Amino acid sequence: MLNYIWAVLIIIGVIYGALTGHMADVTNGALDSAKDAVELCITMLGVMSLWTGLMEIATRSGIIEALTRRLLPVMHWLFPNVPDNHPAMSHISTNMIANFLGLGWAATPAGLMAMKSLSELNTEHPDSASDAMCAFLVINISSIQLIPVNIIAYRSQYGSANPAAIICPAIIATSISTVAGIIFCKLACARKKGLG
Amino acid sequence: MKFFLIISDFIIPAVLLGIVVYGMKKKRPVYDDFVEGAKEGMKTVAGILPTLIGLMVGVGVLRASGFLDMLAQVTAGLSSKIAFPAELIPVVFVRMFSSSAATGLSLDIFDKYGPDSYIGLVTSIMMSCTETIFYTMSVYCIAAGIKKTRWTLPGALLCTFAGIAASVLIAGML
Repeated sequence: MLNYIWAVLIIIGVIYGALTGHMADVTNGALDSAKDAVELCITMLGVMSLWTGLMEIATRSGIIEALTRRLLPVMHWLFPNVPDNHPAMSHISTNMIANFLGLGWAATPAGLMAMKSLSELNTEHPDSASDAMCAFLVINISSIQLIPVNIIAYRSQYGSANPAAIICPAIIATSISTVAGIIFCKLACARKKGLG
Repeated sequence: MKFFLIISDFIIPAVLLGIVVYGMKKKRPVYDDFVEGAKEGMKTVAGILPTLIGLMVGVGVLRASGFLDMLAQVTAGLSSKIAFPAELIPVVFVRMFSSSAATGLSLDIFDKYGPDSYIGLVTSIMMSCTETIFYTMSVYCIAAGIKKTRWTLPGALLCTFAGIAASVLIAGML
């Protein structure tokens, strides 16, 4: 996917630049952007290392496991068709908590494991997503994140007076999208039951 | 809204304090753990540097050619009807397919308008509350051997648009 997007960016940029006589700007644009990317990474080195360092303490001291256990009643409500002691439940919880804390590297493997465990329960129509899978994907895509670390680093690099000012607005926005997703899941499951 | 700002100011210090105190309570060598984890962060950033260079050059070329301005003018009529900034339409569209490409476009917006401008704020919040719908769906569905996704896509689109609408409304209140 990214290969096409990137190629299209370059092709449109160069051709449009040639047609409108902006070739010198395009040259400078390419060189300056490469330099900006390096400067941005220097800012991100600090912010990201701070965050992954903190998360290492959280992981090793067992905060993630403790949160996963606390989440079980919520999981039971969100995924009523999955037995409480099924491995899918702990994979889903780990994925959600990792996403919540911005640990992308931990979230994806747990998410993949969750989908595989859910497919063990999905014996009736193995090539069609079960209610639990749909709900898991919708909630995952609705994005639940406590602190958008990357965005804060980017804002800081581009001279924001208060890079962290968007944390609370982002939490509200992401809660709205997640609640919308959960309502949608509950309605979609209820409709299917209604039709028998 | 001053309240939002106060909460935002408190979250990072609260997380810092909470994690360090919890680690101490569990008798962890908190500083050693921190340093160990910070190394991972450096590797992560070093790993994304090539991606960022590629994407920022792609977006930089597109912007320098004048194409993005032209696109914003073309979509301005439509976006003024729905009260949505025209400059953000490419970000919203690309966001659904590729997180890093959307990051490239967002950085371009921060560079041009500033991260604290209205458009910069909408971008910041929107990027924080949306996901790469098509990428996530395809990776997870391939892993589980799913061909029919049933109501996943409508649900995912609904979440994303709810998030975008919330971003526009909340940024307007700041």
